[in-house]
Amino acid sequence: MSDFRAMFVGFPDFNVSENFFPNINLQDKLNWAEEFIQNVLIPRLPEAVAAHFPEELGTVLVMFACAGIFVGVVPLLPLVLVLAERKVAARFQNRTGPMRVGPWGTLQTLADGVKLIFKEDFIPPQGDKFLFLLAPYIIFACSFAVFAAIPFGQNILVSDFNIGIFYIMAISSVIVMGVIMAGWSSNSKWSLLGSLRSAAQIVSYEIPLGLSILTIVMLVESLSMHEIVASQSNGIFSWLIFRTPFTFIAFFIFFISSIAEVNRTPFDLPEAESEIVAGFHTEYSGMRFALFFIAEYANMFAVSAIAVTLFLGGWEGVLPGYDILGGFPGFVIKTLALVFLMMWLRWTLPRLRVDQLMNLCWKYFIPIAFFNILGTGIWGLIFPEDTLISTSISCAIIYIGLIGAYKIAGRSLGQRPAPQPS
Amino acid sequence: MEFTLKTFIFYGFAFLTIASALVVVTVRNIVHAAFSLMVTLFGVAGLYVFLQADFLAATQVIVYVGGILVLILFGVMMTSGRLEMRIHIERGQLLLGGLVAVALLMLLLTVIANTPAWKNLTDDGTKLPPTTERIGELILNGPFLLPFEVVSVLLLVALIGAAMISRKEIRD
Repeated sequence: MSDFRAMFVGFPDFNVSENFFPNINLQDKLNWAEEFIQNVLIPRLPEAVAAHFPEELGTVLVMFACAGIFVGVVPLLPLVLVLAERKVAARFQNRTGPMRVGPWGTLQTLADGVKLIFKEDFIPPQGDKFLFLLAPYIIFACSFAVFAAIPFGQNILVSDFNIGIFYIMAISSVIVMGVIMAGWSSNSKWSLLGSLRSAAQIVSYEIPLGLSILTIVMLVESLSMHEIVASQSNGIFSWLIFRTPFTFIAFFIFFISSIAEVNRTPFDLPEAESEIVAGFHTEYSGMRFALFFIAEYANMFAVSAIAVTLFLGGWEGVLPGYDILGGFPGFVIKTLALVFLMMWLRWTLPRLRVDQLMNLCWKYFIPIAFFNILGTGIWGLIFPEDTLISTSISCAIIYIGLIGAYKIAGRSLGQRPAPQPS
Repeated sequence: MEFTLKTFIFYGFAFLTIASALVVVTVRNIVHAAFSLMVTLFGVAGLYVFLQADFLAATQVIVYVGGILVLILFGVMMTSGRLEMRIHIERGQLLLGGLVAVALLMLLLTVIANTPAWKNLTDDGTKLPPTTERIGELILNGPFLLPFEVVSVLLLVALIGAAMISRKEIRD
């Protein structure tokens, strides 16, 4: 069996602490287990709790403090974003939006929040009660766990994981489970349909999302969010979106796939109110519905923050030495700009059909994303270092490409029959 | 045997894994079993973190929870009308299952007992080097290149097969 061990010779890390498996034979191991239970577990457990926690209490307190900051601050985001969304929507439709509560209606969300707290917490009697109660927490927790790896500023980062961006992808893929849980446990056909649509959509769009992240990882050669930002520190043209023409395309694929991931219009089929009432959260009311709502807006902010970190320089500014659009305020401004873009799209575009949604993902985004990876690899071979020449060539190609796209788009739009006045 | 915070978290994950795995095999409701499997897979991911295999842990979550488990749930929800299932087990199946379980247990115990030198990972507060680089070297530039390519071809074949099965028949 030592051959088995040889498979893992390459991994110095592939080991367990000696505390759990001391290097002794099986009989000793069984004795050890017995000893462990008799001598350690039974008499020493309370003592151990008392004796060993204070040493690491600091770590625990820091963990709780970080979690507390996010659980305390992030729900305030929806408070602002919901109002912003309603105001933006109102402006797009030539209305004023909420005006009654507070000056210019600024306290409207607060009033809505209070209303949601006092509403009846209805649980469908035919549904699965346990899973119904559990589902909002899973979605909420996963949405918040994403924030642990987002660098808001040079030193404003909870944990600089080695696998930063991959961790974010992993955690956000668990949201699907919460959505399916909510849809199934409601015992309503609208909920189930909505959750199945959502699952299909999220699982599909995760592929172009991951592939466009891969182009970034290929250029930076690290998965750590901190290092990704640090590699964009030479002003606006060192931002990864302008580094190669392929990352420029990847940014748009990433952003559109992100909109699909957070189920917003034009990809809001899981919540399409004209077809399936409200999708997977049809049966939820009161605070549980509010949890879905908060999670949705927190997600929206999170994916924008990730897009800013990966493509738009994170907390690095526009000019190398100066703090224009840099630091924590710059990061938030850039993120909110992307959030505004999402709202803009939501109130401009109609909803896609299911077949259009799947066609867009599988027939356009995924091949383009693969092409991007190939292109980024070739670009990396031609320009191993990020120099002035490579950046200039990249920006020139992006410029020509944009002009070409504008011409082609203009021509195809011009071929359409003009709308007839009715 | 020293008790630290890590020890408690380790046993927490171990308990979570085993308890939820027991629920998976004992509960009658298939959907409950599938959701319980999610906890099991999370527990295993937690144990990977304890082995300081962070990439493996995230892969575990992304592939099994975000991918395979969703497919399982899709299958369960779209096919079965009855969720409460009373599965009849033959004596032969029980014997076979028991044999496989015992064989697996023996294999694992032999591996644990015969492994030379479990190394203790020193935790001096320094950041560990990323494992991704080593994994990439091993897969694309090392001894696992051929298995990796074979698996890739296998997955490609499966993909083409799935497309063949689900394609629309065009009759003229």
